[in-house]
Formats: sequence, structure tokens, C-alpha cells
Amino acid sequence: MADVKKIATRDSYGKALAELGAAHPEIVVLDADLAGATKTSIFKKAFPDRHFDCGIAEADMMCVAAGLSTTGLVPFASSFAMFAAGRAFEQVRNSIGYPHLNVKIGASHGGISVGEDGASHQCCEDFALMRSIPGMVVMCPSDDVEATAMVKAAYEHVGPVYMRFGRSAVPVVHDQPVNFQIGKGEILKDGSDVAIIATGLMVYEAVQAAEALAAQGINAMVINMATIKPLDNELVLEAARKCGKVITCEEHSVIGGLGEAVCSLLSENFPTPVRRIGVNDEFGHSGPAAALLKQFGLCSEHIVEVAKDFCK
Amino acid sequence: MTSNELKELQINACKVRMGVIESTHGAKSGHPGGSLSAADLFTYLYFKEMNIDPANPKMEDRDRFVLSKGHTAPGLYSTLALRGFFPTEELPNLRHIGSFLQGHPNMNTVPGVDMSTGSLGQGISCAAGMALGAKHQGKNYRVYSLLGDGEIQEGQVWEACMFASHYKLDNLCIFVDNNGLQIDGNVADVMSPYPIFDKLTAFGFHVETIDGHSFEQIESALNNARSIKGKPCAIIMNTIKGKGVSFMEHQVGWHGKGPNDEEYAQAMNELKAALAGLEGK
Repeated sequence: MADVKKIATRDSYGKALAELGAAHPEIVVLDADLAGATKTSIFKKAFPDRHFDCGIAEADMMCVAAGLSTTGLVPFASSFAMFAAGRAFEQVRNSIGYPHLNVKIGASHGGISVGEDGASHQCCEDFALMRSIPGMVVMCPSDDVEATAMVKAAYEHVGPVYMRFGRSAVPVVHDQPVNFQIGKGEILKDGSDVAIIATGLMVYEAVQAAEALAAQGINAMVINMATIKPLDNELVLEAARKCGKVITCEEHSVIGGLGEAVCSLLSENFPTPVRRIGVNDEFGHSGPAAALLKQFGLCSEHIVEVAKDFCK
Repeated sequence: MTSNELKELQINACKVRMGVIESTHGAKSGHPGGSLSAADLFTYLYFKEMNIDPANPKMEDRDRFVLSKGHTAPGLYSTLALRGFFPTEELPNLRHIGSFLQGHPNMNTVPGVDMSTGSLGQGISCAAGMALGAKHQGKNYRVYSLLGDGEIQEGQVWEACMFASHYKLDNLCIFVDNNGLQIDGNVADVMSPYPIFDKLTAFGFHVETIDGHSFEQIESALNNARSIKGKPCAIIMNTIKGKGVSFMEHQVGWHGKGPNDEEYAQAMNELKAALAGLEGK
């Protein structure tokens, strides 16, 4: 797999926006002085009069997006996850979520794979924050192919959507276009010993782990859960019934994200042992993304360890 | 403005104030003080200034109003009801379980409410977004937003002012209800936002200061606002918190509580007497 193609999902976001923008003139894009980093600059280049920089003022940006949406436009508002979900949480909650407005939030630089910028910019709380808002769709793509399809699905969905994209280039898991549906997980590998449910860049790691586990006699199911809310309850329950053990993997705090969503569902409907792989209630720090991911156990090797221990 | 028009506005403003008392009495809570200080503005906007249609609250090219100081919903609701968006009989149900009249404005339940607000500092940004949307789509409608003088302590207000000025939103007109009081006391003592005129001017607004209880001055300022090109407008209204009910005027204690039965009766008697005087009865 040394020659696997790698693309950062923020690049996919910018390109997808520009493509969608050509077909849908009502799409407008807002950014908060990070267009070059969030890649909305790609849209800006194509449609300069439909891209509005709000300056370093994320709170204002989210409410401007809310106002724009009431006039029939479809705004995509972008910043780093830390500021889109964190700094502007209450604006998103009250001015977008509460009135259930048709605003799409495209947040880049989610998780610790932000790398060298360190903990202040490594948002591992955005799933938790956004999940807590009634009616909010929360998604995180595994790769370029899925990110592209997700942006289109977000546009077609009427209501608020939060999408998390990554800074670092990640392997392309899908070798052909996907029929992406909000709220539907994807079985990438069937299995019966343990179900690995992953989101974002952890999906590739889960696939790698499953291959390694197979060589060691453990038959793991791998599910790509790109939509964290609404969760694909049926698929999670099906996996739990079939495997009896579930491992969740996310580049996010173990508090409030995919892992907790899966645990909540299972504990109330089909109690099943779960191991959560994520950031263990701690802040990140500076370093190269790949090294950080290994250090925090967000890698296939750690998934293998956890699965082997789980299946003893 | 003819003397008949003026009298009509005064009569409606008095009725709006009665609705504020009716609703906050019915709710046993709510915010009468700032609703009463802004009652004349609400009346002017909905009975004279804005292009709106109570029979078609979502009319595409209507003018928009965003109550950034959302806690004064009783004033907005009372005005909308009087203007025909919904029956005035609903006002006493304010804040009751099951009522569409939520404690703070909800655009999805109350006909005529253009934006859900309540968390201070956010409405003005939403209004700026609407104004940008109008300009982007080549629409001529205008957007109005009312802020409290305490509210402008929120940093987001100044982000929004930068934005409105940067994008030359001359279809946006904001009002600051400068009644001088906020929950904890005098605005000047809690955290002075003064000089408001100079600050808004420095942020690129055309600014006017008026007596917020003078319909002639409200009209004049709004006429000027419509002629200003290339920059947003701000109208600072000097007002009296609790205006129109003697025992509520200038009293910070009436920021956020409803009148009891006795206070209700006294307030309504005063307003009924004022109304009778205006109607020449």
C-alpha cells in the first residue's frame, strides 16, 4: 500500500464547493480569514462575487450565514473546527440550530492531525458540541471520494449540517464514486468476531487493522460511519448482534463523539461490550501529524492491539 | 406627517403598550421596561415604515425586522398582533406552555417574526446577513434591527458593525434603544458603552441621535437613512425605560418582571386614560 493515493479532505471540500457552485447559483460561501487553509479559496477563485470573507470574526460569520439563509441563499460557512464548532458554538446553537436554518458548516482542521500548530488548534470536541444541537447533522468523511459526495448531500439536505474535514492528506479508501446517504453507514468488510466502527481518517486505519487481524485469525467487520448524527442505528445494532463486540475509532475525544453515540444506542437497546479508541480526555500537542496519530493510538497498530485483547 | 397620521401612530403606540402589559401580566414574567421604551419605534416601523403584509408574513420581498434585543418580545408581539399578524387575544398566553408566543422571538412559530433571537449580539449579525442577501440578489427590500444599549456591550455587535460597513450595507438600518438601564443598573455604571455615537461613526455608520418617543424624529431619521448610500445607518434613540406607565418609568426593576394584578390594573388604567385622551373621548 506504499503507493496509495493521499488527498486531504479539505481539498475535496473546496473542489466540491466549486463544482456545486457552478450548478447552483444560490450557493454562497463565507470564510473567516482562512480561505487558503479551509480551501474555500477554490470556490472564491471560481466565484469571487459569491465568496464573502468575514474577517477573523467567526461568531458574526455564523449569524451572517443564518441571515443569508433566510433570503433563499444556501450559505456554506467555513473555518477551523476549533472556531466553527468551538468559538461560535452558541451562535450555531441559537441562530442556526434553534431556527433550523439551511446553513452548512464546513469545518477544516479537525482533530490532532492538524499537527504542528498544537493543542489550541486541534479540535477534538466538535462532534460532541455539534451532536448536542437538536436537528444538526454531523458528518466526517473518510476520504476524498466520500467528502466530495458528502458536500453534495449536505447541499441537498434542507437544514443545518456540520461537516468536519482534515488538514492532512489521507489515503483514498474508495476506489469508485460512492452513493452517499446522510445517516447511512457503509460496511467495508464483513466479519463476525468484532465490529470496528470508524469515522474520518480512522476508517483507513480500521481497514488496515482488519487485514492484520485476519492474518492472526480474527475476523473483524469494518464499518465506515461518516454520519455521526443521525447515527445509523440499524447498522450498529446489526453489527453488535453479529459480532457481540464493538470497537469505535475516531480522531476525537472519547467523550461525546462516535464512541459515546454507539455506547448510548447499544446500552439502551442491545447491551454489548464496547472499546472506544479516540483521544482520551487530554489535549494534543505539537508535532508531525503522522507521529501524533501514532502517539495517541489513532492508528491501525493500536486498533489491532485493542481488538486482540478484546477477543482473547 | 399629518396631524391625523401622528395621532393614529400615538393611538397605536398606546395600544401596543397595553398589549405589553396584557402579555407580561399573563406571563407573570417577561420584559416590559425595554418593550415600552421601544414601543414607539415598533409602532412606526410596522404601521408606517416597513413594506409588510400581515396576510402574507413571508412575502418574499418584504422589509425585514430583527429584534436583536430579543427579550423585548412583548413589544414586538403586541405590535404584530395589533397590525393583524395574529389575534391580540393571544397576547396573555405569552410564555405559557403550548403557546406560540415563546419568551423570546421564534421565527418558526410567530407570524411576522423574521429571525429567532434572544441571545444578545446575534440579531444584528443575522440582519447584516439578510441585508447582504438582499444586495447579492439585487433586491430592494430593507432590513432593520433594534439593539439594546446594554446589548452593545457584546463584542459580536462590533464584529457585525465592521461587517456591515465593510460590505457597504446601506439597506441596513440599526437602532440602539438608549434607555440607560440594564439588569444590573445604569448602563454607564455596569460597563459604559459611551460614546455610542462616536463609536458607531468610527465603525463607518451614518449615525443620528433622536428622541425615540418622537414620531416626527423617527420619521425624519428613517427618511434620511433611506437616502444614505454606501454605508449602513444607525439611529440612537434616547428613550425612557418603562415609558407610558408611570411607576415603571426609569425603574430598572421593571427590566424583567411582569406586573401583578394590582400593578396591571393601575398600568391599564393609565394607558386607557391616555388612549381616551388621544381618541378625544
